[in-house]
Amino acid sequence: MRITCPICGERDRREFYYSGHAMALDRPTEDAGSDAWDDYLHNRDNTCGEMQDLWYHEMGCGAWVVVTRNTATHEVIATKLAEEAAS
Amino acid sequence: MVKLEPTTPLQGATPVEVGTMVVQEVGDLRPVTSIAPYPGRQKAVSDLLKKAHGITFPKPNMFLPGKEASCLWFGRDMALLIGVVPDPALAREAALTDQSDAWAVLSLRGDGIEAALARLCPIDTRLKQFPINSTARTEVAHMMSSLTRMSETEFQLMIFRAFARTALHEITDAMEGVAARG
Amino acid sequence: MRLEGQGLLDRSRRIGFSYDGRRYLGFSGDTLASALLANDIKVVGRSFKYHRPRGVFSAGSEEPNALVTLGHGPGQEPNARATMVELAEGLEAYSQNCWPNVDFDVMSVNDLFAPFLGAGFYYKTFMWPKAFWERIYEPVIRRAAGLGALSPEAARQKYDKAYTFCDLLVVGAGPAGLMAALSAAEAGADVILAEEDTRVGGRLNAEREEVEDQSGSAWVQKIFKRLCEMPNVRAMTRTAVVGAYDQGTYGALERMAPEVAARSGAPKATFWRIVARRSILAAGALERPIAFQNNDRPGIMMAGALRAYVNRWRVCPGQRVAVFANSDAGHRTVADLQAAGVHVAALIDVRPEAECTLGIPFYPGAQVSNTEGRRALEAITIKQDGDVEKIQADCLAMSGGWNPSLHLSCHMGGRPVWDERIVAFVPADGTIPGMTVAGAAKGVFSTAGCLQSGVEAAQAVLDDLGIKRAKVSLPKAEDGSYEITPLWSVPGKGRAWLDFQNDVTVKDVTQAATENFRSVEHMKRYTTQGMAPDQGKNSNIAALAVLADSTGQGIPETGTTTYRPPFIPVPIAALGAGGQGKGFAPERFTTSHDRTIALGAPMIEAGLWYRPSYFPQVGETHWRQSCDREVRMVRDAVGVCDVSTLGKIDVQGPDAGAFLDFVYTGMMSTLKEGRVKYGLMLREDGHVMDDGTCARLGPDHFLVTTTTAAAGQVMRHLDFVQQAFCAKMAVRFVSVSEQWAQFAVAGPKSRTLLEDMLGQKLDDTTWPFMACGHVSIGDVPARLFRISFSGELAYELAVPARYGAALFDALLSRAEALEGGPYGMEALNVMRIEKGFITHAEIHGRVTALDIGMQGMMSRKKDFIGKTMAARPGLVDEAREQMVGLKPIGTVKQLISGAHLFNPDAEAQSENDQGYITSVGFSPELGHMIGLGFLKNGRARLGEQVRMVEHLNGISTLCEVVDPVQFDAKGGRMRG
Repeated sequence: MRITCPICGERDRREFYYSGHAMALDRPTEDAGSDAWDDYLHNRDNTCGEMQDLWYHEMGCGAWVVVTRNTATHEVIATKLAEEAAS
Repeated sequence: MVKLEPTTPLQGATPVEVGTMVVQEVGDLRPVTSIAPYPGRQKAVSDLLKKAHGITFPKPNMFLPGKEASCLWFGRDMALLIGVVPDPALAREAALTDQSDAWAVLSLRGDGIEAALARLCPIDTRLKQFPINSTARTEVAHMMSSLTRMSETEFQLMIFRAFARTALHEITDAMEGVAARG
Repeated sequence: MRLEGQGLLDRSRRIGFSYDGRRYLGFSGDTLASALLANDIKVVGRSFKYHRPRGVFSAGSEEPNALVTLGHGPGQEPNARATMVELAEGLEAYSQNCWPNVDFDVMSVNDLFAPFLGAGFYYKTFMWPKAFWERIYEPVIRRAAGLGALSPEAARQKYDKAYTFCDLLVVGAGPAGLMAALSAAEAGADVILAEEDTRVGGRLNAEREEVEDQSGSAWVQKIFKRLCEMPNVRAMTRTAVVGAYDQGTYGALERMAPEVAARSGAPKATFWRIVARRSILAAGALERPIAFQNNDRPGIMMAGALRAYVNRWRVCPGQRVAVFANSDAGHRTVADLQAAGVHVAALIDVRPEAECTLGIPFYPGAQVSNTEGRRALEAITIKQDGDVEKIQADCLAMSGGWNPSLHLSCHMGGRPVWDERIVAFVPADGTIPGMTVAGAAKGVFSTAGCLQSGVEAAQAVLDDLGIKRAKVSLPKAEDGSYEITPLWSVPGKGRAWLDFQNDVTVKDVTQAATENFRSVEHMKRYTTQGMAPDQGKNSNIAALAVLADSTGQGIPETGTTTYRPPFIPVPIAALGAGGQGKGFAPERFTTSHDRTIALGAPMIEAGLWYRPSYFPQVGETHWRQSCDREVRMVRDAVGVCDVSTLGKIDVQGPDAGAFLDFVYTGMMSTLKEGRVKYGLMLREDGHVMDDGTCARLGPDHFLVTTTTAAAGQVMRHLDFVQQAFCAKMAVRFVSVSEQWAQFAVAGPKSRTLLEDMLGQKLDDTTWPFMACGHVSIGDVPARLFRISFSGELAYELAVPARYGAALFDALLSRAEALEGGPYGMEALNVMRIEKGFITHAEIHGRVTALDIGMQGMMSRKKDFIGKTMAARPGLVDEAREQMVGLKPIGTVKQLISGAHLFNPDAEAQSENDQGYITSVGFSPELGHMIGLGFLKNGRARLGEQVRMVEHLNGISTLCEVVDPVQFDAKGGRMRG
């Protein structure tokens, strides 16, 4: 599997650390309530098809990357810096 | 008065020659400083670098060699200034951190060196794709590293100081495999 | 029997090899299979289940029968396909799956029990009685199962693995692959041409065919030479592409030539990860057998294989050869045999309308219905229009048509489609992104068609990549048609083999269908058809045709089983290359490593770091003696310990304080310059992630430390928090773990030692507890932190790593002058347990700040990572397990970490569980073992008794619950 780091370019997946759904970028406020926090921390769809997840270019530049990919075909559709996706 | 003698990460262990290939520590103890511009300050940093050291802040995956000062892209929003102590004015725009002792610097050179690297590292080092003065932060035998092409037949590899011996072992092993193929 | 003529052998080079201990000769260019056949060795293996004698069946990668073991002892290689083994001087091969030998095999008694050993035999037979399973069935089956064996000794042979990149990967170097590679290379693309065989050419090396008015093999050599001269082409022979993976990554196994593998330092094979922008699958086709009674006897082989042996290796396995086919392949085979001067006994052509002008006994519209001969074929039975005739033959070549070698095209879940024209499955379009299929792999079976198909595929790839095509002329070649009458199995009684490797017969498949294993995937698993190395190469299509017939479905509706990587067997040693010995994991050494080793310290791994357990002195025979001495040394005098392994992160910027406030539970932005604060980081779920110190070195400059093992995790976490939530903050951080060598100097005499070394006062006013700042050692700039993990007056002194080794030496000699010395992890651990200081033994991922008594460190004045979720009712429940100290008070004095805690009178069962022990050690100061652990509502239970029970060894110790700090509770020694 190969992922295009927005900074470094296309790299082997061995350089990356995987970290689940990209909704981790949408941190609720302190007082958002327990439902919002439960969803944020624990509740994930088991997506068949397109989803966005987070990969850390740990062995590379250190960027957190949002990868849009298809879980059924393994196609990598797009990548974006988490920094940009979050702001 | 205490007098502490410096040692390099691979003190005396290199050069190691295998066939047409050589690995040698660049143990010149030059100053190395990481420069990490604060958000939006990259241009200001580049201008200051130009003024003080005659070199700019490199784009990703680029090495900018210079006579005294060189600048090596080193990751997200970071470059290494090599060879000189940075102008203190830079500290207003960027985090400056002394890294002179953090990395073992190795020169890998000779015919077949790309084949040896292919056994250590998952990136494309074909000259066309990775021309002279290209650099990459990548993995070498499970270790974080910085790999730069210095010439058609020479690469510079930087590895955590503490991993220097493992790196030398892995590189030698890879070179032996390549050399034995003939 | 070796024939006259050159073939593709080098007759000037004779090669000696041995098979089952006997010496034989072959030629350079032989495979083990061709050399065995040349030496008239007919039986080369025993079948998997029935132990039937088997002979060489094919001439390529798909060989099901001739599986041998190469070499003996460490590194012996089982299940090597003799058809793919290059003959080399001194090669040792052994037959396998037979005892005492391949000609007389005791287990062949299985063959007599064949009626009982059909499909599902294991499932039905070994079900009862239940008690027999472990004691009787399993050992017996394990002994009988499997083919070759590995040596139990570690192999010394090296393998390696490597990455390579190209614009175009061409899989297979037959006529289509060669033309594809040439067309792309001439246009300037970076091309890798991978061929499993030792030489390129594919079927052109095996047939008598002309290309461009010269022999096919000569034309191949001409093209190959041209390719090898091009700098943008990498022609890899002996390289099988074994798998197609995501984003254009392909796995390939390259075997070294025997003379290369024999060199010192050379690998036996290289596992390649090839990253290709595009690929062309030109893997050719595999000829398929026909099932008929006793079609597995030695001497029966595929017709294409026989032609290869005759034309390429100048070998014929028999002197009276019969040929059985359902296409013109039979006629072609007969012609080749005649040209080589081999006597042809008969041509049996399934097609009634077929004609023959070759002047041999010809049986159109006929079938071979049975064979005779136990260890070698002696006769065949021919059925024609109801007549039965038996003729003598010692070799039978058969051809049931060709199956495109489409395996790679299915590795990402794609399914092939049925092509009625060639009565075979062909690859569907677009099953592997970037892959184009060409030549016979696509169902194009004439040489001219393959050459053209290769060019066209390359041109499509070039257009796709935006590379301008170069002019390539199409060579003239044979352009015959392919007319075939499907025949999968000849009706009749007796066993007719479909899968030779796994001993699966027509009857097994029909039985599976009868027993309702009608899905092709169920049939496969029930009968084992197409499993193991075969992966359906020979047997698949015929087996599913038989299944289709039994179930009344068509073949396309029945479908194929799933083709999975690897295409050929890949040694695990190749996949795991480099992972042996030192290659298992990188070793991370501190600057004090050499001196530490010289002092005889046994090392312990901490993450990837190596740290000393203890420093044995003369006369000490047990680690506890050393450990106890080191603890007393630190508590009474001074000890030195390398603490460089702790993670160190340099944090700078105007917003550094605000950022640290967000990642730590405590407030760091208000920390004074020149001061250190203990800090706790939580995960977002409210549990403790790591602890460490935070030092303020300047107005906008902090130094954060992490635990040794969690340094990487913390860096990842900080990067995430910064990039995801704090991207606009003016803060930057970078690891300086490698930049600074840092040493703890601990004990009442530490101040004396350092004042002398640094030449400055370090009293409680200038350097109070938790102070930090810049100092110098001679002219070397250093950092000093007054922090303590031992509970003693202590400092940590850091220098740039180049001075680490020298500083360690200097500290040791000064410590020794003060009756001190180095101490290791064991002593460090005892002292921190005495002081109730936590490590990851305590903060193991399931504890909260409250559990470890640090709820006071959770600031209410700000948001921070983990704050909200740490307030969940379940995480603030006082009944949770809280950290306590433990000391033994009964006759048993032993404490064991991992053991559980129970109330003294309760039964030691999980429902009565009260907690567990995390750390233990022997305190020389207190004179007994001490422990830290977690106990339900523990802080309210100080003074109570609990019982530790360690179930593994049945140890039970009565303990008193005490405060976690068991030594110097007021902390006077540390604070001064």
